Amino acid sequence: MQLIVNGIITGILTGGVYALMASGLTLIFGVMDIINVGQGALVILGAYLSYVLQQKFNIDLFLGLLITMPIMFLFGVLLEWAFIRPLKRDRTILSILVTFAIALIIEGGLGLAFTTNIVKLQAPYVDTSFQIGDFYLAHIYVYGFILSMVLLGGLYVLLYRTKFGYSLRASMQDRTAAQLIGIDVERVSAITFGVGVALAAAGGMVYGATNAFNPNSHYDLISRLLVIIIFGGMGSLRGALIASLGMLVIEDVTALAWSPVWATTVFFTLLVVVLVVRPRGLFGQIEGRKQ
Amino acid sequence: MRTFKLIGLIALLIVTIAFPQVFSNPATTTVAVFTLLYATATTAWNIFSGYTGYIALGHAAYFGVGAYAMAIMCQDWHVPAGYSPFLLLPLAGLIAALIAIPLGWISLRTRKHTFVVITIAMFFIMQLMAYNLRSITNGSTGLSLPIPSEWGGYFFNVPFYYTTLVMLLLALGVSWWVRNSKFGLGLLAIRDDEDRALGLGVRTSSSKLIVFVISAFFVGMVGALHAYFVGSIFPAFAFDPLFDVALALMTFLGGLGTLSGPILGALILEPAQQYFSLQFSQHGYYQIIYGILFLAIILLLPEGIIPTLSKYWLKWKAAHDGTKNAPALAEVIGQENLIPAKSSGTKDGVNP
Repeated sequence: MQLIVNGIITGILTGGVYALMASGLTLIFGVMDIINVGQGALVILGAYLSYVLQQKFNIDLFLGLLITMPIMFLFGVLLEWAFIRPLKRDRTILSILVTFAIALIIEGGLGLAFTTNIVKLQAPYVDTSFQIGDFYLAHIYVYGFILSMVLLGGLYVLLYRTKFGYSLRASMQDRTAAQLIGIDVERVSAITFGVGVALAAAGGMVYGATNAFNPNSHYDLISRLLVIIIFGGMGSLRGALIASLGMLVIEDVTALAWSPVWATTVFFTLLVVVLVVRPRGLFGQIEGRKQ
Repeated sequence: MRTFKLIGLIALLIVTIAFPQVFSNPATTTVAVFTLLYATATTAWNIFSGYTGYIALGHAAYFGVGAYAMAIMCQDWHVPAGYSPFLLLPLAGLIAALIAIPLGWISLRTRKHTFVVITIAMFFIMQLMAYNLRSITNGSTGLSLPIPSEWGGYFFNVPFYYTTLVMLLLALGVSWWVRNSKFGLGLLAIRDDEDRALGLGVRTSSSKLIVFVISAFFVGMVGALHAYFVGSIFPAFAFDPLFDVALALMTFLGGLGTLSGPILGALILEPAQQYFSLQFSQHGYYQIIYGILFLAIILLLPEGIIPTLSKYWLKWKAAHDGTKNAPALAEVIGQENLIPAKSSGTKDGVNP
């Protein structure tokens, strides 16, 4: 029983961080109809940026986000402008290939710069922990969760309380109609991509502090993120949030109560069951004829 | 024109058959075997994705299933090295096809965008299985296959070369048949407008599933032969995400939905990939170069070589026909883009 409670707590705390990374992915899909399979690599890139700031300049991990997130935002805008915007036909599939190529280049570049040795972000609060009963919880999980909730709250305000948010949601609903009423959809797309990548950087910092990583870690990450956004329904932020929490809770409970080896498999099996019953995921829109 | 084409095809076949006799250097024939393997896999992939417009990015799952099926059969039945493992190839393909039936059924319940992501997820599930089902797959240590040591030296690659060539011709035959049958016409209708095709009486669900399973069958055979050729398998190699993307990239380079495009793409990219991985095996450089190559192809040649060439050829022909309606024809071709691989990218409201 104690094990299950522990699993639920760590699951919720790490799930919040995954929600951060997945919301970037699902937002980009919703607005631009493209699937950014480079999101995992961008998360790892963010983790390495925090690593450099901390090792070379001795900047705190959380303060460092004030530097890494704007950098990654600009990087995202640049990527969108240079590689996504030129795609005029077969956007969905070509965008997957393009973002995969970007992931490969990032992976290779990080391999050159940092070798493939496994590293982990270090900070005082990474090693200290709370004690709950006879169960220890590292501070970083709690701080990371709080950070995720703050950023997701900020995202909510951006989407639902600003003029840009209106434009973004309009572009999500109908790209053509949004263009017709004078919304600069290309600008919205670029900013959305940048926001998604900046969220990846924040998620990457927490990921890097709670997991050891190397440049190849992005395959593992992107597979989980893709599963999360399918489970929640592609393009649905609420779905991504609930699916991340659900996935990590199930995974951590299975890992603690049964075996870490089967932890992810249980979630993947659940995904297959959900898809059989509800092919569009939990909160997805029905995909139909959109002409 | 027809006779020209026929003579050209026969000459090409003779060149392919004679190739390992002329260039018998093992380094060259090894690259040739890999190239033919990829050509078979891309042709099979194109039978599903090229004709139906549903882009599957999880075919490495069937590659891996075929590879593991081959290794396990060889191990459990004590198959001796030599020609007998070749006889197991159809069986390995069949096993991959059997696995593809439920996976295809589940993923094909969704439409194009979600389908792409689900195939990727399915691929990762299968990779995880290879790691976790230790009793069958031996976990991350992997399995080894019998090595035909009596074929040493120059002869080693030759049986593999011709077996792969037979597989390629079979896959090409199926692809040609599908392209020219009423069934294939239904698939193309699905690509252009699925709901209208359904309304006109095309059995969309079963058609999609059938070609999905056919392409998984061939990819499974490729995986099995690849495993036997390399001699050992482990999860990260048998279920390689690069394989998924390589199939799509090669097909896009050659021309999606054309008969010869996938083969041309494999002929260009696979030797290049082998060369890069040899030259820049130091970690990092290889991925960077491959990634840049990727970007260059997609951004510069999004339609693929064959469709681009055939568009120019039709224009040139129309311009040099000398008949009075030639300019009009050229105009029509320019507008309507009369190429076989006319894609349906705009049908999703993506880029109206």
